[in-house]
Amino acid sequence: MNILGKSYVELLGLLNSKKISTKELHEYFSKREKKYNKELNVFLTLAENPGVEGEMPLAYKDNYNTEGIRTTASSKVLDSYISPYDATVVERLKKSKTYVFGKTNLDAWAHGASTETSDYGATKNPWDTSRVPGGSSGGSAAATASYLMPATIGSDTGGSIRCPASWCGVVGLKPTYGRVSRYGVIAMGSSFDCPGPLSWHVEDCALLLSHMAGFDPYDATTSSKPVPAYMEKLNAEKKLKIGIAESFFENVDKEVKKKIEEALEILRKMGHIEKKIKMLNPKHALSAYTILQRSEVSSNLGRYDGIRYGNDRSFFKEEAKKRIMLGTYTLSHGYYDQYYKKAQKVRALIIEDFKKAFDDVDIIIAPSTPSTAVKLGEFKKYPFFGEQMDILNEPANVSGIPSINIPVGLDSKRLPVGMQIMGRQFDEETILNVSYKFQRETNFFNMRETLLKKYHD
Amino acid sequence: MKDYVPVIGLEIHVELSTKSKMFCQCSADFFGKRPNSLVCPVCLGLPGALPVPNKKAVEWTVKIGKALNCKINPESKFDRKHYFYPDLPKGYQISQYDEPIAVGGFLEANKKKFRIHRVHLEEDTGKLTHEGKDSLVDFNRSGVPLVEIVTEPDFTNSEDVVAFLKELHTIIKEYLQVSDANMDQGSMRLEPNISIKKVDDKNLPNYKVEVKNINSFNFVKRAIEFELKRQLELLQKGETPIQETRGFNEKKGITVPQRTKEGAEDYRYFPEPDIPPLSFTQKYVEEVEIPELPAQKTKRYEKNYNLREHDAFILTRDGKMATYFEKVMEEIRDKAKGQKVANLIINKKIDSTASVKELTEKLKDQSEGRKTDLGSLESAIVAVLEGHPKEIKEYQSGKENIIMFFVGQVMREMKGQANPQVVKQELEKKLKK
Repeated sequence: MNILGKSYVELLGLLNSKKISTKELHEYFSKREKKYNKELNVFLTLAENPGVEGEMPLAYKDNYNTEGIRTTASSKVLDSYISPYDATVVERLKKSKTYVFGKTNLDAWAHGASTETSDYGATKNPWDTSRVPGGSSGGSAAATASYLMPATIGSDTGGSIRCPASWCGVVGLKPTYGRVSRYGVIAMGSSFDCPGPLSWHVEDCALLLSHMAGFDPYDATTSSKPVPAYMEKLNAEKKLKIGIAESFFENVDKEVKKKIEEALEILRKMGHIEKKIKMLNPKHALSAYTILQRSEVSSNLGRYDGIRYGNDRSFFKEEAKKRIMLGTYTLSHGYYDQYYKKAQKVRALIIEDFKKAFDDVDIIIAPSTPSTAVKLGEFKKYPFFGEQMDILNEPANVSGIPSINIPVGLDSKRLPVGMQIMGRQFDEETILNVSYKFQRETNFFNMRETLLKKYHD
Repeated sequence: MKDYVPVIGLEIHVELSTKSKMFCQCSADFFGKRPNSLVCPVCLGLPGALPVPNKKAVEWTVKIGKALNCKINPESKFDRKHYFYPDLPKGYQISQYDEPIAVGGFLEANKKKFRIHRVHLEEDTGKLTHEGKDSLVDFNRSGVPLVEIVTEPDFTNSEDVVAFLKELHTIIKEYLQVSDANMDQGSMRLEPNISIKKVDDKNLPNYKVEVKNINSFNFVKRAIEFELKRQLELLQKGETPIQETRGFNEKKGITVPQRTKEGAEDYRYFPEPDIPPLSFTQKYVEEVEIPELPAQKTKRYEKNYNLREHDAFILTRDGKMATYFEKVMEEIRDKAKGQKVANLIINKKIDSTASVKELTEKLKDQSEGRKTDLGSLESAIVAVLEGHPKEIKEYQSGKENIIMFFVGQVMREMKGQANPQVVKQELEKKLKK
């Protein structure tokens, strides 16, 4: 059977109707891993055991705790750390008939937007292996794009799902903060971290989200709001008012802008209405995000004090050390009011800004990243590389709203352009719906078929 | 000392006796358990683990706050307090910084009001033990709910401090029953802050000495007295004692320097992002019930049963004893006999597990003059006298005190069913014949 490029949902159907077996799937993806992982460096660890019959393989970003399987967050501080427990997301997906196939590469501690700060080497962009896949969920995005997995799980603190999804040309969903449990995901910026799925197919993200989402007694920040049947709502007829804010197109690459405009034209033709709106410049979200996230990072990494986990603090690399220092500074006595507290106030304003905007429109569309994938090593030229690449993603994290990246074509360098669709709090349903319709309308410009010619069986 | 006045404030840590720990479901009943047997990813601070607050612990903190006449903040939150120590697995302790659960209360002791600054909730740390070159850490205690009560620096002597602490101990252990408050096991830990100022100085002294983790009332008293003497000597020499943390050496009865505190340490507090803020509705706060507290009970006993203040105080120190007293009073339905009942319970140290009926019966006999059957008394006396000719002679030769020996013997013969006064009278009649 031809498996290449099939959606997670499709494969699950075949598995349920016994037209394919878990064993076959496992062998198929193991074969692909052997063939392409060397080139792309997406997997850090492969699980020793294939799943039991009836289970689908899934790969997790290596900041998800997986019982009995090494969990490193791509940092050598945790080089030999084997978690004694499963993250809630892993546990829930296991109950939904999946098994852990492997763990994917990320920027160490999820600090970065290129996956180059990984202590286990950079992941390469499948479209152009001289380029980065984006990050920090670069391993998950590249594994998805190259079809080393039909779908993967990542996490998005300040664009860490949408940025690599954008640069690898796949669908990546950052749900509402509190929609999916963070329990067992190694904390980065605790008030921003959002677990979410990546795939070539919108329906895969919808299905996986419906399995991952919901109240968790182990995470006090999860919402008890019922989880909608996302899959059933994908086809619902919706005529939406799309908000477009100029401030989200400032300093965006011309080609990226053009692709977004083409995508908007398609959406208009599908019957959606566009509306110009005024929103705070994303640079404010970037400032607030940077201070708050660094503060939380400096606190969250304190536990790796060299007493437990084997390796001591000398194993922290430059990026983590910079973040710990900045965060320690912003929380210090005498600077707290000036930085942390002020940033919290800005955060409140941004939340309010989105609330007001959504009184008027149903979704807000913007580029996911200001440019397409950059060359390996480029990040060293920027003092705040991650923040600058994620400037358009961070507003959604600061305000907690859901946002999805979908591919909208290739630029002249034949690199994917990503568009993000932001929705109201807990309205994943609408952004999945419009993404799914767009996918049906365009088949994402056959990008999948194009790339998989390169990553053939 | 007459030109100077001590300035003493207290910090008291109380471990709550909730079933589970503060932020996870591990048992909080850790004392004497095998090291690291009551742990999970949360209280070990493993990567990815998250805290979920224990509702009971929050309720009990509100309870303590109410009992100490505090205002319960309608909005409260947890904060992270950062410092490195091997018994602190996350690198921070989840505590409360600027929005504690309860603020601004008071507690009376020695007939004086002492103000409570704040009451907040936090988690306990693990425990280190040192064996030779090795340090061992046991995380069973890590994450046990810990309430911190901070007073204003209202105390001027060690007697008031001890009276206050005893009152607080009684309330928490006997009345609210939210902690064993067992000082030997460390479930109640006392830290006095001690300094001295000139009598006419309106400001607080510019230094303070904190004596850490003292585990008995007596040691607190001795530590304070030692410190006051030490500091006074320095002040009289024109020196200012240094701001520091000291420990109390129980054997020598002295305090010794532990570490110097130059100003406030920087704990880099910030709101705990893993726990949404708490909000308490007026209804919630009202519904947290506070029993009648020992001070009120003491007053009621004095008023209703006409007890001596001292006895009312003693009875109310022990929750079970007070309950027992009230049950007995209910049974005998005679408020006037309160003092008698109190005497009986206090002096005879009646075990409060003895049945209320038994005691009431005993009381009825005693207080109603124990109707004495004169017929059987007559024969009892005769029998006793016949058996003790030697003692009769002693009595008759002037050793009149020996009469009490006969009373005892007769009472024994009567199996207690006689009024000793009557017995004595009858015996005297017979012996003087």
